[in-house]
Amino acid sequence: MPKIIVEVMPKADLLDPPGKAVANALHRQGHSRIENVRIGKRIELHYKDTPTQSDLDAAAKIAEDFLSNGVIEDVVKIWVEA
Amino acid sequence: MATKIGVVTFPGTLDDRDAARAVKLAGAEPVALWHADSNLHEVDAVVLPGGFSYGDYLRCGAIAAQAPVVKEIVRQASLGLPVLGICNGFQVLVEAHLLPGGLIRNERQHFICRDQKLRVENNQTAWTNQFAVGDVITIPLKNGEGGYIADQETLARLEGENLITFRYVDVNPNGSMNDIAGLRNQQGNVVGLMPHPEHAVEPGFGPDTSTAMRSGIDGLKFFSSAIAALVSA
Repeated sequence: MPKIIVEVMPKADLLDPPGKAVANALHRQGHSRIENVRIGKRIELHYKDTPTQSDLDAAAKIAEDFLSNGVIEDVVKIWVEA
Repeated sequence: MATKIGVVTFPGTLDDRDAARAVKLAGAEPVALWHADSNLHEVDAVVLPGGFSYGDYLRCGAIAAQAPVVKEIVRQASLGLPVLGICNGFQVLVEAHLLPGGLIRNERQHFICRDQKLRVENNQTAWTNQFAVGDVITIPLKNGEGGYIADQETLARLEGENLITFRYVDVNPNGSMNDIAGLRNQQGNVVGLMPHPEHAVEPGFGPDTSTAMRSGIDGLKFFSSAIAALVSA
């Protein structure tokens, strides 16, 4: 199924408690080379046929307005996967 | 005629019954409002209660902020409709851009449930006019994502324009910036806070006080404030 994929991450300068919890667990498992973990979201928008440029533009707006909250998150990447 | 205060139910709302009960105990008539219905049934004020609307999917309050009933609440709030957002309702208000900033997972990752002391910082609102500035009240707090954040510019504006309505006292339970527990909008008709006033409205069922166990009813004044604001309006 053709799709547009949106990646959202918590803002770099904000504390990411889930990432911190996972990092702590990894450190307990002995993965000492891993400094830090941050957890974001991958959101797939599925289309009937290959997304057009205007679909991509619409998705970019949806990503900014609804799929992410600019106060706490950044949309880091949007791309089409046919 | 009694003041009518609407209480919204979303899929996943938990505290709508308690909020309706608080409205009634304060002397107003609670009116049940449904997330999918944009008709506010001519209520004089609205409470967005706590819970986990839409399972907290996407972000807490984000999907509820798009619900038909919230679109209408946003429209009427701009015309002065008093709106109180409690806990998840506060999250809905920030996602609907009625209040600035955001709420993130608690600093130490724990879900927190405790009787929380708050200081009233501002009483020029539809929901706090029965308090005096500096009053310290105790109402229950129960949340997993109650850490208030905003950029420095927004924080400076909140402080400068006196829009912080409540601050945590003694303990900042969730890492909220500037100890913020609750906010108001510029007009003072919209207030949001993380703790739950509707759980401190009836002797025997509220937080402990120095006089007697479970006798705390500090939450009642939120609802009597709305009634007072509407009567004087």
